[in-house]
Amino acid sequence: MSCCAPGAEMTLDLAGATSVLPSSQEIRLASRSIGDNLCQTDLSVPTIHCAACIQTIETALGRLDRVESARVNLSTKRVSIQWRGDEAPPFFATLGRLGYPAHLFDPETGNKDKTLSELIRAVAVAGFAAGNIMLLSVSVWSGAEGATRDLFHWVSALIAIPALAFAGGIYFRSAWNALRHGRMNMDVPIAVGVSLAYAMSLYETINHGDHAYFDASVSLLFFLLIGRTLDHVMRERARTAVNGLSRLAARGAVVLRGDGVRDYLPVGEIEPGMELHIAAGERIPVDGTILSGISDLDCSLVSGESTPRTVGAGAKVQAGTLNLTGPMTMQATAAAKDSFLAEMVRLMEAAEGGRSQYRRIADRVSALYAPVVHLAALLTFLGWMIASGDWHLAMTIAIAVLIITCPCALGLAVPIVQVVAARRLFEAGVMVKDGSAMERLAAIDTVLFDKTGTLTLGQPRLINGQSIDPAMLAIAADMAAHSRHPFSKAIAGFAGSSSQPGLQSVSEHPGFGMEAVTEGNTWRLGRRGWAGWKARTGGEGKYGGYGGTVLSKNGMIVATFAFEDAVRADAKATVGQLQDAGMSVQMLSGDTANACRDVASTLGIEDFVPALLPSGKVEWIEALSREGHKVLMVGDGLNDTPALGAAHVSMAPATAADVGRNAADFVFLRESLLAVPLALDISRKAGRLIRQNIAIAIVYNAFAVPIAISGHVTPLIAAIAMSASSLLVIGNAMRLQGFAKGSSPEHASRDRRGRAGMLVQQP
Amino acid sequence: MTTLVYLIPVALFLGALGLTGFLWALRSGQYEDLDGAAERILIDGDEPPK
Repeated sequence: MSCCAPGAEMTLDLAGATSVLPSSQEIRLASRSIGDNLCQTDLSVPTIHCAACIQTIETALGRLDRVESARVNLSTKRVSIQWRGDEAPPFFATLGRLGYPAHLFDPETGNKDKTLSELIRAVAVAGFAAGNIMLLSVSVWSGAEGATRDLFHWVSALIAIPALAFAGGIYFRSAWNALRHGRMNMDVPIAVGVSLAYAMSLYETINHGDHAYFDASVSLLFFLLIGRTLDHVMRERARTAVNGLSRLAARGAVVLRGDGVRDYLPVGEIEPGMELHIAAGERIPVDGTILSGISDLDCSLVSGESTPRTVGAGAKVQAGTLNLTGPMTMQATAAAKDSFLAEMVRLMEAAEGGRSQYRRIADRVSALYAPVVHLAALLTFLGWMIASGDWHLAMTIAIAVLIITCPCALGLAVPIVQVVAARRLFEAGVMVKDGSAMERLAAIDTVLFDKTGTLTLGQPRLINGQSIDPAMLAIAADMAAHSRHPFSKAIAGFAGSSSQPGLQSVSEHPGFGMEAVTEGNTWRLGRRGWAGWKARTGGEGKYGGYGGTVLSKNGMIVATFAFEDAVRADAKATVGQLQDAGMSVQMLSGDTANACRDVASTLGIEDFVPALLPSGKVEWIEALSREGHKVLMVGDGLNDTPALGAAHVSMAPATAADVGRNAADFVFLRESLLAVPLALDISRKAGRLIRQNIAIAIVYNAFAVPIAISGHVTPLIAAIAMSASSLLVIGNAMRLQGFAKGSSPEHASRDRRGRAGMLVQQP
Repeated sequence: MTTLVYLIPVALFLGALGLTGFLWALRSGQYEDLDGAAERILIDGDEPPK
């Protein structure tokens, strides 16, 4: 905290940031060296949105010492800064002062753009080849004959070679992979069809034949690659958006050596027995025991308990909890790989069952489709062989059958719907990890919610603010604004900022509360026993149950504050909508039965299971799965991570722990829980459209195959039939955009309004 | 037929020129930040941003 101005700190705190700004060593750890003593750091800044932002940020960062260059990427909302020297310039303080909360972004591993640029290059090459070959083919169809036709065929054959090698390679590799493992996917019939079409056309060209299918084989690749690229772009966008969220696990910690030397070590290098210094606002990196210092710990991400726990020397702490109020020294008792966090990851991997067994619709269809098509082609060949005895004719017709049935429409039927659906969800702030997640979501019948952090925000809210003397409230708010404790933030947030002069020497007493002096009076805000150290008189309220936080003047209690965990926006509506959709809704929590009962009755949830351990949640899900239920798990904490892995499909809010976010299939970025029914609704509609598209593709085949078998297919007919069926399938997928918007205009507008707020809310 | 002998290479050359142009633009990072490029034209100033 040493590096930043107090003003910036306040703005950040009020905006909901609970963690301290990363230290210079942490920035160093997350940067990558680009040679020549230069370091590059990537920051994610979610609030950049216009040219003015770009200019402000680039100029301000560029003016800092030792900063070589700063470049904003508006599309990904990131800033990459190149700097030299050992100590990182104060990026965060600078951005904070400008009003742009930022967080560190891990250096890319470098594999991110390779697939995408390979796909785009393949699309470009295939597009060029398809366009040129199609022009030559049109000339052939309109009557080019003899030597001219042969010339056109030869030129087409030449153009098709780079397209097949470059664009087709993607399909050949994937098909080969599938066949080698004894599986079948959509790429197998595509690869077979394309290569046979090319081989036959080449044979025809050499023998001065009429019909060459170069156009069909290349334009097929072109269409399919467009679908594949869109699919990849969509997933990449979701992945980037999720990666851009702030990291909630510690990257490293300050290790105190015996000789008083302080070292900043990455989490992986911390060993049991080391002494660590944990400043207020930092997360505990590994399991350990506290040696000295008193503080409050926010355990909500770890255990699901919403009330902070006061800890002192001797207390055991778990990795992942957040140190709120005071600095502490702790001794590590386990290395990172044996800590709570790692244990959760292991539990999750052990639990991952239903998901790996799931086979995607497209794969299931192609497992049936490809053998049928190949068998049909073989039978055609044998049939014509017997009927005419001309092997060349029989071969030509059999290959025409393969070309016409080449699953152009089928290959697009599933991905194109999922691209449109993912785009629609993206606009509503829901990130989808992959297409199979939507297929699985469409099949669920049970929704399980975690309580803290999912149904509730995991942050307390002041509930008796109206009954407190406004003057007292204002003083309390001013004191509270200096603390990071959730109760303080609730008070400060309720009262807003009404700056009162005269507050002197505000100090925080970790584990107890805040103390301030005005004109000779001592004010204390905090625990009842500590703040009201004199007679217990004055404005004691009846709300004693929730912590008993009071404001006292010279030891006399003058106001009592009561809190409850704020329920997430629209949680009740969400539960209602899910129940209307025929889902059975249950709540799983690690919190006490009383706390669960309150929330469950507020939201209208009938079934809830309190006091569950992480493994208990997994067992609950496995029991439901054995009964044949398909379960959606929505949760955010580290303790939910194994359950997220065990469920048929899972969702997590953006505020979830890092591991949870990576484990979940869907991540929703906005505060509203309505994202859950929205995702369910869109997934179900997408599922319906996918089935329609597959039906369209099959009907197309039902018409086209007899024509092909009877030997009437020419390259012209093949080109028309294939393009028409692809367009039909794409057109049908686009309907999702239309009726998904039409059915929920209200949600859409609310989401749009919520967007700005949510971006600020992300801690 | 004789016209075709040079027309086809010309057509292919122009097409290949477009393709190379696109691949070059892709490689030099011009598609990295499409939204940013659209907004950056609004930033005026004599010196280009560092």
